Amino acid sequence: MSESPIDIVGQEYRAGFVTDVASDTLPPGLSEAVVRHISAKKREPAWMADWRLAAYGKWCAMRPPDWAHVRFPPIDFQAISYYSAPKSLADAPASLDEVDPELLRTYEKLGIPLHEREALAGVVKAPDVAVDAVFDSVSIATTFKDKLADAGVIFCPISEAVHSHPELVQKYLGSVVPQQDNFYAALNSAVFSDGSFVYVPKGVRCPMELSTYFRINERNTGQFERTLIIADAGAYVSYLEGCTAPMRDENQLHAAVVELVALDNAEIKYSTVQNWYPGDAEGKGGIYNFVTKRGACIGARSKISWTQVETGSAITWKYPSVVLRGADSVGEFHSVALTNNYQQADTGTKMIHLGPGTRSTIISKGISAGKSQNSYRGLVRTSPAAKGARNYTQCDSLLLGDACGAHTFPYIENKSPTATIEHEATTSKVSDDQLFLCQQRGIDPEKAISMIVNGFCKDVFRKLPMEFAVEAGKLLEVSLEGAVG
Amino acid sequence: MSLLEVHDLHASVNGEPILRNLSLRVETGEIHAIMGPNGSGKSTLANVLAGRPGYEVTAGQVSFNGAGLTGLEPEARAQAGLFLAFQYPVEIPGLSNMEFLKAAWDSHRAAQGAQPESAVSFMKRARALAKSLELNPEFLKRGVNEGFSGGEKKRNEILQLLLLEPKLAVLDETDSGLDIDALQTVAAGINRFCSADTGVLLITHYQRLLNHIVPDRVHVLSEGRIVASGDRHLAEKLEAEGYAWLSD
Repeated sequence: MSESPIDIVGQEYRAGFVTDVASDTLPPGLSEAVVRHISAKKREPAWMADWRLAAYGKWCAMRPPDWAHVRFPPIDFQAISYYSAPKSLADAPASLDEVDPELLRTYEKLGIPLHEREALAGVVKAPDVAVDAVFDSVSIATTFKDKLADAGVIFCPISEAVHSHPELVQKYLGSVVPQQDNFYAALNSAVFSDGSFVYVPKGVRCPMELSTYFRINERNTGQFERTLIIADAGAYVSYLEGCTAPMRDENQLHAAVVELVALDNAEIKYSTVQNWYPGDAEGKGGIYNFVTKRGACIGARSKISWTQVETGSAITWKYPSVVLRGADSVGEFHSVALTNNYQQADTGTKMIHLGPGTRSTIISKGISAGKSQNSYRGLVRTSPAAKGARNYTQCDSLLLGDACGAHTFPYIENKSPTATIEHEATTSKVSDDQLFLCQQRGIDPEKAISMIVNGFCKDVFRKLPMEFAVEAGKLLEVSLEGAVG
Repeated sequence: MSLLEVHDLHASVNGEPILRNLSLRVETGEIHAIMGPNGSGKSTLANVLAGRPGYEVTAGQVSFNGAGLTGLEPEARAQAGLFLAFQYPVEIPGLSNMEFLKAAWDSHRAAQGAQPESAVSFMKRARALAKSLELNPEFLKRGVNEGFSGGEKKRNEILQLLLLEPKLAVLDETDSGLDIDALQTVAAGINRFCSADTGVLLITHYQRLLNHIVPDRVHVLSEGRIVASGDRHLAEKLEAEGYAWLSD
């Protein structure tokens, strides 16, 4: 009884099972031949193969970034397999009926609705979400394509868009995140396998939430997905991304690139609930999540908002950013990053103000438990042309126990004399007194911690679409399981 | 069977003995006041009863409603009907007061095997009680004690007391830091709680609260044990003469 009730032990990961399907997996290693091979697998046109090879050339001359507040042994990029696909998908299935039932069961277990037919027939409660399910390196199914097509919305695997909408892909791929942007972006550009492509035409409000669910299954493979979302003038789209992986002892690399483009008056809302396997209580295994996400507000009065709930990954290195080029465009970043056990997160955002009257808001909530390290890293930059630009940043850290760390690295580069930039930061601890108050009122410590943490995250959860907000709350509860002894 | 029976209790805080051989019996329908100089062990007694971590019973027994308390988790004691009003209520920013109160009440109901009360009915009750304690119902939407004044925090404690319907209320210097008006409101709330089925252990420095809440018994605590007990007139004597005469 004399011990503090805050005592971190292991956490339980509920998406950690392996799906037993035969896979077509490339042997480990990366070379020009491997890049050509991936391109050939996808029967890509020559311009796409050339684009990949150019990226590979740049990658060879680059080195991994070492400035993040994370520690891990060097990655052997020749030990990773750069392509893996379930064999049953060798010939792309034309419909869900042709998809291997074992794969469908995987998504069922994860609670991802792929039952479009039943939903449409009213057999189950119709989800208002169209899903693109990506399994290792390939998309296995995309739902509600027809309903979306009626509205003029294109939602398909990017491997398909390369063939069906080459003019859009060629115009925008790499336009927000150039190949040489950073080491992992270059790697992704060379070997990316699948991901989602979204185009919402002029003036169209996408009739449902779009969602991609990423699943890493195969051992020793990396996942390198590429997502490209374009909202044409006056369009609106809300996009959700979810991720899980089996529990494995070795680390696995996930190096994705996400590009968002918003034209005049367009709005893109991008939400992520990231639940990659974080490794076990001793810090063994888990996903390295090294991701480049960036949106470009090209058009006037356009808006891009990132909302992320990060509970997984052994290491997170991720800075969803917005380049505010259009006049009066708006960028938002709302983040909850929770680390437990030996997890390390270095995450934040960049708001680059180029146009006049541009505005950005950053709300970051970091929760550290166990022996984890949780860093916020953010850049707010205004150019001389960004007259009257405004930024508001609020960075809050919550500590559970005394073996974890919370760090804040805010960078402000202001070249606009008329800009207003505000930064607020707080660090607090879940205290024994707070826990005892809850217990004295009859609430057990696990529930108390979860309520306190949820309260701390409320500002961000409010920004999530309804169903995601519920899922995020539950996920926090699971991730904090065992955070109290 | 007494509501609360403390028998030869010894307790330490962080290894340091504070309570020495303390005995006390509270029956339902009774109000007991515990007085005594600073450092005499009054707050320690309150925290030991509630099972606060770091407060260790080294000898003796405490039984509540006929069942032993030793070794029970704090939340189990609370669910059994033991309520502690804090001297310094802590803030929990972001967690709304209403959500906190509902979770507390749900846990009490669950311990009795009852379904949770509907949110609508509970909120109605909570708002009405807040009003009766002259707490703006808007406070229910704010974080637990977040940015509350000292008086508001104490009124919030009484709100919890009345909402959770415990059997025994241990009030740890609930009167400290209150102005005259707030003192009357808080005292009215405590009197409202008192009934033939409940008991109150009132820890206080001052006679002034006892002008509003009339105790059946007054005990003086000194160096971890009860050195004098009497009726309400003992409190008046202490107010007039201080504690020094007790050690003569």
